[in-house]
Amino acid sequence: MIKAAFKMPGFTIGFILAMTFVLAALVSFFWTPFPTDIVDVPNKFQLPNRVNWLGTDHLGRDIFSMLMVGARTSIAVAVVAVGIGMGLGVPLGLAAAARKGSLLDEVIMRGNDLVFAFPALLIAILITAVFGPSAVNAIIAIGIFNIPVFARLSRGAALSLWTRDFVLSARVAGKGAVRISAEHILPNILNLLIVQGTIQFSLGILAEAALSYIGLGAQPPIPSWGRMLADSQTMASFAPHLALFPGAAIVLTVLGLNLMGDALRDLFDPKIRRGRE
Amino acid sequence: MLRYILKRLISLGLSLIAASVLIFVAIEIIPGDAAAYMLGINASPEAVAALREQIGLNQSDFTRYFDWATGMLRGDFGISYTYRVPVADMISNRLWVSLPLAMYALFLSTLIAFPIGIIAASKRGSVADWMVMGGTQLGVAIPNFWFAMLMVQLLAIKYQFFTAGGFPGWDNFWLGMKALTLPAFVLALPQASILARVMRSALLDTLTEDFMRTARAKGRTRRGALVHHALRNAMIPVLTIIGLQFSFLLAGAIIIEKIFFLPGLGSLILTAISQRDLIVVESVVMLLVFAVIVVTFVVDITYALVDPRLRRRV
Repeated sequence: MIKAAFKMPGFTIGFILAMTFVLAALVSFFWTPFPTDIVDVPNKFQLPNRVNWLGTDHLGRDIFSMLMVGARTSIAVAVVAVGIGMGLGVPLGLAAAARKGSLLDEVIMRGNDLVFAFPALLIAILITAVFGPSAVNAIIAIGIFNIPVFARLSRGAALSLWTRDFVLSARVAGKGAVRISAEHILPNILNLLIVQGTIQFSLGILAEAALSYIGLGAQPPIPSWGRMLADSQTMASFAPHLALFPGAAIVLTVLGLNLMGDALRDLFDPKIRRGRE
Repeated sequence: MLRYILKRLISLGLSLIAASVLIFVAIEIIPGDAAAYMLGINASPEAVAALREQIGLNQSDFTRYFDWATGMLRGDFGISYTYRVPVADMISNRLWVSLPLAMYALFLSTLIAFPIGIIAASKRGSVADWMVMGGTQLGVAIPNFWFAMLMVQLLAIKYQFFTAGGFPGWDNFWLGMKALTLPAFVLALPQASILARVMRSALLDTLTEDFMRTARAKGRTRRGALVHHALRNAMIPVLTIIGLQFSFLLAGAIIIEKIFFLPGLGSLILTAISQRDLIVVESVVMLLVFAVIVVTFVVDITYALVDPRLRRRV
């Protein structure tokens, strides 16, 4: 399976792009070219050069180092948000599918519809209006937004599996709905979850950047790509590199994740694979 | 059909009530005292008590919700804590920027996506198809607020094709449209990319259907069959996405408005948050959620009109 994935150029490119940023985030825990928490104003607005590879910002901080630490924030927010979405959404979806047509199913599905009516940004606005802006609140907002996505996906996929023979034989063998969902349904929808997870992960990175950009996400001194862009806005006319690099980092990461997601979807779905060839 | 619409109307009403309860609970009941927030930490207890009385915080939560919800039905959104003017007036002024912006963006998104998606599907595997797929992949990955910053730098500041921001009002329709063009385009781009991809794959799905072979057999050209038969059938997923996108556009406008200094709902809500003008936050969020729910309803009804098969299912 892994070998087949790397045979697809989209997956390989996406994997390299995404891994670059994951690695940058990991390395930043031990090493960055320059410290990001020390202000060096005399050295401000340096263009990219041999010392500061991507230049320095308005406080003289090294942009390359800031991007590395910023990757940490982006990835952490997106990973936890997808975790929340999957952790709550998948069990809800499986439960709804196991009790199809019941009150439980109805409640879960209507609850999903309700959350769907709140775009992630609105959830974030509600939460920050109440608790104030922070990276944690951004995570919660994006996480809540992810719950119905995974709930719907797993319910839909599980419903078709419940009619299959192997589920029937598991029921005959005396397994309850919970065990069947965990042991037979879940492994069979894992592929779908991985694909959707990759896509929600990239959406999470975009959402975090947007929230931080309007000041509802990560707060100083936590470096974040979105906040770097917000800071750069007033200086973009004379220091365009301040806006260029964080934006490019977001684009490349999201692009990488989307390419991986698309390639995996093709790989897991033989029907599409044949259709595209 | 009437039965179907009636059913959907009831669930529309229930969704709206549920959403309003959710917003009210989130903003009014969980946090501390709105009056204390408004007056700051140095306010005397008497002043806080007086303000509580004045803005009606002393009533029970249920009464307050009831007043708020029924007030909205009459178009009365309460009085802004900060500016002491009716929230409805504040919103209606802003709505004339945000709503045209979202609709303009939706229009542009459709205008860009339809031909691109159709070309990609009809020339599948060609260079044009590859370019569309690559370009749309990029369009989804570029954060629109970043793209907006770059566009402002390039088209407004360097070459001065557009104004860098602000809104002259609707006194002169064309000037208003000109001010909204760049924001709407930026807002539309990621949505157009998604829509083009959906359009392409929906068309490709219908190409293998039997009725397509029939259409070709009775003498339709490839293109004729695509436009007259496949397109209509591909509209279901495309309409779903267009409906969904309207809510993304309304919410996304909050960010884009900030970049272009447009006096829309977005800037209203962001200022309201920083001033803790909770009643404004509450009303604007409710309004946006209302828009999303109503649009979803309209899309559902449109489906049923386009595809009679869906009427029976519900």
